[in-house]
Amino acid sequence: MDETLAIELRGISKAFGPVQANKDISIQVKRGTIHGIIGENGAGKSTLMSILYGFYRADSGEVFIGGKKTEIPDSQAAIDAGIGMVFQHFKLVENFTVLENVILGAEDGRLLKPSLAKARKLLKKLADDYEMDVDPDAIIEDLGVGQQQRVEILKALYREADILILDEPTGVLTPAEADHLFRILKGLRDEGKTIILITHKLREIMEITDTVSVMRRGEMTATVKTAETSPEQLAELMVGRKVLLRVDKTPATPGAVVLEVENLRVVDDRNVERLRGIDLTIRAGEVLGIAGVSGNGQSELLEILGGYAKGTGVIRVNGQQIDITGSASDARTRRARGIAHVPEDRQREGLIMDYRAWENIGFGYHDDPKFNSGLLMHNSALKTDCVDKMERFDVRPPDPNLAAKNFSGGNQQKIVLAREIERNPDLLLIGQPTRGVDIGAIEFIHQQIVALRDQGKAILLVSVELDEIMALSDRIAVMFDGRIMGERLPSETNQGELGLLMAGITEDAA
Amino acid sequence: MDFLGVIQLLDSSLRLATPLLLACLAGLFSERAGIFDIGLEGKMLASAFFSAAVASYTGSVWIGLMAGIGASLVLAAIHGVASITFRGNQLISGVAINFLASGLTVVIGEAWFSLGGRTPQLEGAARFQEITLPFANAVRDVPYLGPIYADFLSGHSILVYVALALVPITWWVLFRTRFGLRLRAVGENPAAVDTAGVSVVGLRYAAVMICGVLTGIAGAYLATALSAGFVKEMSAGRGFIALAALIFAKWRPWYALGATLLFGLLEALGNRFQSLDLFGIPIPTQFMQALPYILTVVILAGFVGRAIPPRAGGEPYVKER
Amino acid sequence: MNDAMPKWADIVLIPLINLALALFVSGLVVALIGKNPFEALYILVNGSVGSAYGWGYTLFYATNFIFTGLSVAVAFHARLFNIGGEGQAALGGLGVALVALSIDWPHWALALPAAVIGGMIFGALWAAVPAYLQVRRGSHIVITTIMFNYIAAALMVYLLANVLKVPGSASPETARFIEGARLPNAADILPWVGFSRSTPLNVSFLVAVLACIGVYFLIWRTRLGYEIRAFGHSEPAALYAGISPVRITMLAMLISGGLSGLMAINAVMGEAERLVLDPVQGAGFVGIAVALMGRSHPLGVFIAALLFGALYQGGAELTFEMNGMTREMILVIQALVILFTGALDNMVRSPVERMFLSRRRQPEAPLPTTPLQPGGHPDDAKIEP
Repeated sequence: MDETLAIELRGISKAFGPVQANKDISIQVKRGTIHGIIGENGAGKSTLMSILYGFYRADSGEVFIGGKKTEIPDSQAAIDAGIGMVFQHFKLVENFTVLENVILGAEDGRLLKPSLAKARKLLKKLADDYEMDVDPDAIIEDLGVGQQQRVEILKALYREADILILDEPTGVLTPAEADHLFRILKGLRDEGKTIILITHKLREIMEITDTVSVMRRGEMTATVKTAETSPEQLAELMVGRKVLLRVDKTPATPGAVVLEVENLRVVDDRNVERLRGIDLTIRAGEVLGIAGVSGNGQSELLEILGGYAKGTGVIRVNGQQIDITGSASDARTRRARGIAHVPEDRQREGLIMDYRAWENIGFGYHDDPKFNSGLLMHNSALKTDCVDKMERFDVRPPDPNLAAKNFSGGNQQKIVLAREIERNPDLLLIGQPTRGVDIGAIEFIHQQIVALRDQGKAILLVSVELDEIMALSDRIAVMFDGRIMGERLPSETNQGELGLLMAGITEDAA
Repeated sequence: MDFLGVIQLLDSSLRLATPLLLACLAGLFSERAGIFDIGLEGKMLASAFFSAAVASYTGSVWIGLMAGIGASLVLAAIHGVASITFRGNQLISGVAINFLASGLTVVIGEAWFSLGGRTPQLEGAARFQEITLPFANAVRDVPYLGPIYADFLSGHSILVYVALALVPITWWVLFRTRFGLRLRAVGENPAAVDTAGVSVVGLRYAAVMICGVLTGIAGAYLATALSAGFVKEMSAGRGFIALAALIFAKWRPWYALGATLLFGLLEALGNRFQSLDLFGIPIPTQFMQALPYILTVVILAGFVGRAIPPRAGGEPYVKER
Repeated sequence: MNDAMPKWADIVLIPLINLALALFVSGLVVALIGKNPFEALYILVNGSVGSAYGWGYTLFYATNFIFTGLSVAVAFHARLFNIGGEGQAALGGLGVALVALSIDWPHWALALPAAVIGGMIFGALWAAVPAYLQVRRGSHIVITTIMFNYIAAALMVYLLANVLKVPGSASPETARFIEGARLPNAADILPWVGFSRSTPLNVSFLVAVLACIGVYFLIWRTRLGYEIRAFGHSEPAALYAGISPVRITMLAMLISGGLSGLMAINAVMGEAERLVLDPVQGAGFVGIAVALMGRSHPLGVFIAALLFGALYQGGAELTFEMNGMTREMILVIQALVILFTGALDNMVRSPVERMFLSRRRQPEAPLPTTPLQPGGHPDDAKIEP
């Protein structure tokens, strides 16, 4: 029995239907360290940690906590064993207060009053100890994501967790907030707590972890000391081959103005102003990248440009003003104006997951005369078109009869991209082009975007991945709280400056 | 209408509101936990039949009440198995339960009593009797307050007072106890409850069973207190009206009391004025009969505003990946 | 996931197991009230398909259920749960009767198309109100359609008792339709089969078959069907593609209501030849069971409607031949079919899927690198309004 190990997993396997998410995984995590787990999307990191937290049950394998073999059939057992987890998608009750969320499941008795009073005191202490200031009476949905994340950490600490698992915690944070989080994590480690950090960002691994394990396609490929490795080596371990981290492109040659946006405002159905006066211009043959932490209005910008949010202001495409308030304002009319849209969430919006590939290939363009005769759809025309596009975009498997849900994330994205690019639009809106996409497909998608720009299209790229924005954009606009904080040229800026803008801090204030 | 007429109208409103209130609170527990229940109607009907049938056999309304609750619990358990364990569609399960109750009550009723689906007339101890509150007769002559106490508040069956008492009890359970906190949480975000180490399935079954008990009381009230025996289809859409009242009440106990009293008043008005002349134009009786249903539609369409139902309502809980 | 098992298992095997379970439990109920379930089953089968007489009624009922089943199915495809078939069919009856009584129809071949239009329009309008209230006022369509059933019942009583009845007559029904507005029945068209002259089966059956084909084209071949299904699968995706939820909800409900209304040509024009109180007789509700069992596919609906037609006719025989048995037994079976095929579907599906999965461990589709959608099968989501 090794007392210095906080966690040991032996031979963990887990399958979801035909998908083997974890294959015979063994890992040891030393007490009082920050242990990173890195891997591509779908490598099985989150599944492994969800097993450790009792959210899923492993098909086979053993778990040792503090050297002792432990059964974890449910989350209660994990909590009892001193494990806390901060999921990527927070598990908070949105219309409860912070205090109610913290005590949920860890109440002291049948009545709430004493539990709430005790929790209030303890929360105050924890907040002071770890500089995590949160109003205990605030309603969760009124808090920013950074604050919500703190509530999740406080929840774990309230349950006296010794081992804290964080799944992609910085995805929703500004660089400054991420730094603050890392300070908190280091503080916890120095107190003897064990931290497991799941991420796909190499920089974070290098910056904060003591040890790092690499996962690929459900398998654990290596565990190394962070000090003894390099980002290049980790990247290779993640992907299994050398990867191109840069995108080759020539300088842009912008042409005529394609998109002009003036004082664009959108109010959502909870009466919150999501866009607070956006102005921007995109010319033919250039990529305008929108950087920002998610939830700062980028989605609403794409939605109103794409035709399915209403707002006020002026949008002009090729000099012609577009109706954005009237009943004629919908995605159909936008497409007719030469706007194509690769949405942020392809599974919810861009594709009908139960439709076959050939049905999806005309989705949004189904009233094109090529695909229908007014009343009937030309199914055979759709199928021919689909076979053709699948070949040119290297969609695998090239089977037009397969339902969209049965393709991998990368191939789903290629189907959407093929559909939107091939319409020869004047303006292409792209949201999170590589979210949930494997590295091989990322390269392909990036090349396609650059090629499209070189053909003289105007492209609006929205991404929360700063690396992606830096690599693809000809100009970068940073959004914060529904506004554009500033515009920069990629050659004349750096991640630090952009990070400040993403947090809403401009030069004048700084 | 004079003062006494108003009192009588209110008295009958309260009587008619009681089954709605019980069913509405039943639905409140279920829907707050994230399980939609359009099977309230069927559970009420089943309970009405079994309470009347057993009361008529045993001569005891209390045993009848237990039987009614039991029948309602069986249907609630089916709804639980379908929508919680097997993650089926909750609306479809509810529809099935309604038809099952419609069919079974008549099939079994005919087999047992051969009265065309009715149960025998209930008398004496086989029915809930009216309770006279203390001093009701003594204070009757006090102007205004006297009749309000003696004729409106007093003289109802015990179940009316149970229903009224359940309003603060429901409020207290939901907002002041650990169970209530967890119940509300599981209707908003079951994943939060699951990751906090509490059983989603257990909580939802508890809610569905509480719903079964309350609809059971509602059904028994229909057959053994409001009427004296079971008649085919006697729930007459009350389960659905209770659901409309629940939406109108925005899933809150005190509002539920107000909403069901309103619907009770509408029904009482419809009963009182079977034929009515409005400015010389005779209003057909069928219109008065349809009034509660029409007003349900009108209220749902016009006055609800933006009611936010429990966010996980109607969705079976599947761990996300 | 459909991929876990072959298609035939999904559309044939599982509904059959569900049906068998429903019948088994119904048998228990029959035994429970002291009757012999095997005898009941014999009477049921013999009464429904054992004679030309039985077939005449079975197909007549099936005609009703095809219309109402298609009605529910079309709404399901748009993820709408239309429980208002009962009221929509009643109003359809009003439309059909008004058409039949308004003109001196020279021949049924002229009266039928007009009655089809009349029935559809009235049924559609009765569905339009709940649909409109859902899209514009946020009223829950399930509750409003149920309320509209009650309101329709009261309205029809009023109209028949006060407006439409024959002056001087006490019975709440219209005058009998004239010769040119009565539909020829099966005994006239197919004299050699041996249907009795009183058989209610009539040319409406052919209209029902045409409706099946029409709905098939609507859902799987037309642009509107493409949009209806897309909207039913995912509302955000529909918005992204420029498909208007308001338009689809309205159209789907209008078509659904129209199909329910069509039922009246069979019940009102074909059988009663006058408008009587409650010509629908619960057929609107049977449509729910039929659509669920038929997996919202016109062919499935057709087969399920035949089955329920047999059940209704056999059930009617049962009440004649078995003492103490009531018509409501059919309602019990119907409820159990809805329960097993609709709500408890996963109870049967999961073990069957596992069986097929263990049979062939080797998946045909390549391993996706991103996770698939979580549990349940696509039909689950399809019918959540």
